[in-house]
Amino acid sequence: MTTAERQLLSGDDAVALAALHAGVRLGTGYPGTPSTEILETFDRLGGHAQWSPNEKVALEVALGVAFAGARTLVTMKHVGLNVAADPLFTAAYTDVEGGLVVVSADDPGMASSQNEQDNRHYSRAAAIPTLEPFDSQQAYDFTLLAFEISERWKIPVLLRLTTRVCHAKTIVIARGPVAGLAEPRFEHKIPARVMIPAYAKPAHHRLRTKLAEIAAWNEAEGPIRMDAGDSTLGIVTTGISAVHAREAAPEASHLTVGMTYPLPIERIRAFAAGVERLVVVEEGDPVLTDDLRAAGIQAEGKPEMYRFGELDVARVRRILAGDTSPEAVPPKGKPPELCQGCAHREVFQALRDLDCIVAGDIGCYTLGVLPPFSAMDTCVCMGASIGVGLGLRHVLPEDQARRVVSVIGDSTFVHSGLTGIAEMVYNPPATGHLVMILDNGTTAMTGLQEHPGTGRLLDHSTTNKLSFEGIARAMGVQNVQVVETTDKSLSLKDLIAELLAKPETSLLITRQPCVLAAPKIRFYDKAAAGSAQLQSCAAAVSG
Amino acid sequence: MDKVKNIVIAGLGGQGVLTASDMLAEAAFRAGFDVKKSELHGMSQRGGSVSSDVRYGAQVLSPMVPAGEADVLLVLEATQIEINRPMLRAGGVLIGPDLLPEGALKNKKSLNVALLGAVSTLLDISQEHWMAAIYANLAEKLHKVNDQAFALGREAALQGSIAQHP
Repeated sequence: MTTAERQLLSGDDAVALAALHAGVRLGTGYPGTPSTEILETFDRLGGHAQWSPNEKVALEVALGVAFAGARTLVTMKHVGLNVAADPLFTAAYTDVEGGLVVVSADDPGMASSQNEQDNRHYSRAAAIPTLEPFDSQQAYDFTLLAFEISERWKIPVLLRLTTRVCHAKTIVIARGPVAGLAEPRFEHKIPARVMIPAYAKPAHHRLRTKLAEIAAWNEAEGPIRMDAGDSTLGIVTTGISAVHAREAAPEASHLTVGMTYPLPIERIRAFAAGVERLVVVEEGDPVLTDDLRAAGIQAEGKPEMYRFGELDVARVRRILAGDTSPEAVPPKGKPPELCQGCAHREVFQALRDLDCIVAGDIGCYTLGVLPPFSAMDTCVCMGASIGVGLGLRHVLPEDQARRVVSVIGDSTFVHSGLTGIAEMVYNPPATGHLVMILDNGTTAMTGLQEHPGTGRLLDHSTTNKLSFEGIARAMGVQNVQVVETTDKSLSLKDLIAELLAKPETSLLITRQPCVLAAPKIRFYDKAAAGSAQLQSCAAAVSG
Repeated sequence: MDKVKNIVIAGLGGQGVLTASDMLAEAAFRAGFDVKKSELHGMSQRGGSVSSDVRYGAQVLSPMVPAGEADVLLVLEATQIEINRPMLRAGGVLIGPDLLPEGALKNKKSLNVALLGAVSTLLDISQEHWMAAIYANLAEKLHKVNDQAFALGREAALQGSIAQHP
């Protein structure tokens, strides 16, 4: 095997390469660890990729692409699928024309997330066929397979990745571009795409028929890997757990299921019949375990303690041994912190000095909760700072209510903050409210991605730019102020105190580029200015 | 070679831990081995602890080095040694930032490559693959200074300044 045929790729990069080879016309998504690199790599490889304001919009754009008969990939982290759940559940009823593959990158162990929800529940709740790769080769293969399944049954397909699949680099042998895809073209197919009750009722029946057919296909020729071994122990597994299990118990028989919804339940039943002891090894919730038991297969699950966190070889050995003794606690490393020179530092210092009650949000600035600032009181999900802050204001005694501040980042504000502002204007608390947008000009936490407020596209070229202050004024926020945190003539603390004293609705935007992004932003601005100059020269010449 | 080689690289965000593990994984990849490399991204740029696992051999299964099974632990920052020491197997080798005397490196940022030079004396990967992997992960203007760093680290290791874990 030569290196020309083999590539060492992360799971994310493998999905991107497969998307390119599958002929994806448009990739959409919202950045979120560990999924972010998929669209970035897809763009770098020459694919057309876009960041959307949030995952719901990304999935809706993709659904439009699919209705137009083109292939499309939507990427997000696990909690992003909560945001996209509304279109997902009903997209499942529709007939997609071009393949629609939704990537959910779950984060068991919460390396960089606010929860460790197991999105395999969405497969079952929304009735979406689901593939779970265990390495980059499978991530590549399953992406291509997902498009085939999606088009054959006209159904969205979920590609469920986890952190260790997304970020681990393993060897991939690619197959090359798929040929013979149809060009996008609109055809009216009203009953298949307009989900009013009259059309949705038969559509739900069609969905269940599709799933039954897919289950039969999965039984007959689905991506199932069988490693025959000793008949005393059989392991049913999927995703990253499969490689941990094969290393932990090399002598056992392993059945690795690639498509975990709908399950190839008869294949599993036959496997179970050939072994003395059957154990399901899966990360997260006991989803497969419950499915097997519901089908009457006597399967051992894992002790409850292994629901939490990632699995690894040592933990799988413990599961197989039924070991529930306390696990060794790994030594604590140095926690991350707000960068030196980060403008957020000044904001959290001021909020702390004023003894504010801070409804926080998702991003780098969540690090404001850690010492030395300890200046955040709530953090739940994207955009929650505004609603939670308003709720606190509505019921707290006045002296406390007056100290409540909602703090949200620029990318998060575009993602889920706009409706919060609408709520503030519509249902203003008696004491008013203060929302602060910490605008650092990038989606910093996930690795400096663009968003609609930066004025640049995913590939950093120039586009239209949202004005947060303009939006707030148009929506009717009473006080809208923008400050540069580098402005030494200004006391941020005094300004916040002044706004908190007013029984009015206020938006305070603190603006300073992220210290990590600043040199890049200067580079993009320079490139944009250069190209604008070139264009005006060209216009002058041609004019 | 039947046994999988396990190497853990650790340090703080911004020190080049992930670059070093990319180089090592690529060197093993170029040498024709099965390779897996894994770490947690996300917070690494914010100055926190970072570590990365590289495993190679005829066939690698899990991408994560099990605790107590690392053949080599390479640490770029002294404060990170103790928290990562449980990764080493008995008889495994620790390579720390004190391998080279203060001021030995022209550019402090090439410490990661210097320590890879030391690691290279313990692994069955040829010099040609190492250099190709290092160059592939660095801008061309940095090649020379990293050549020197790699050679310095290698030399220090060959002179016996690395120790086995008891």
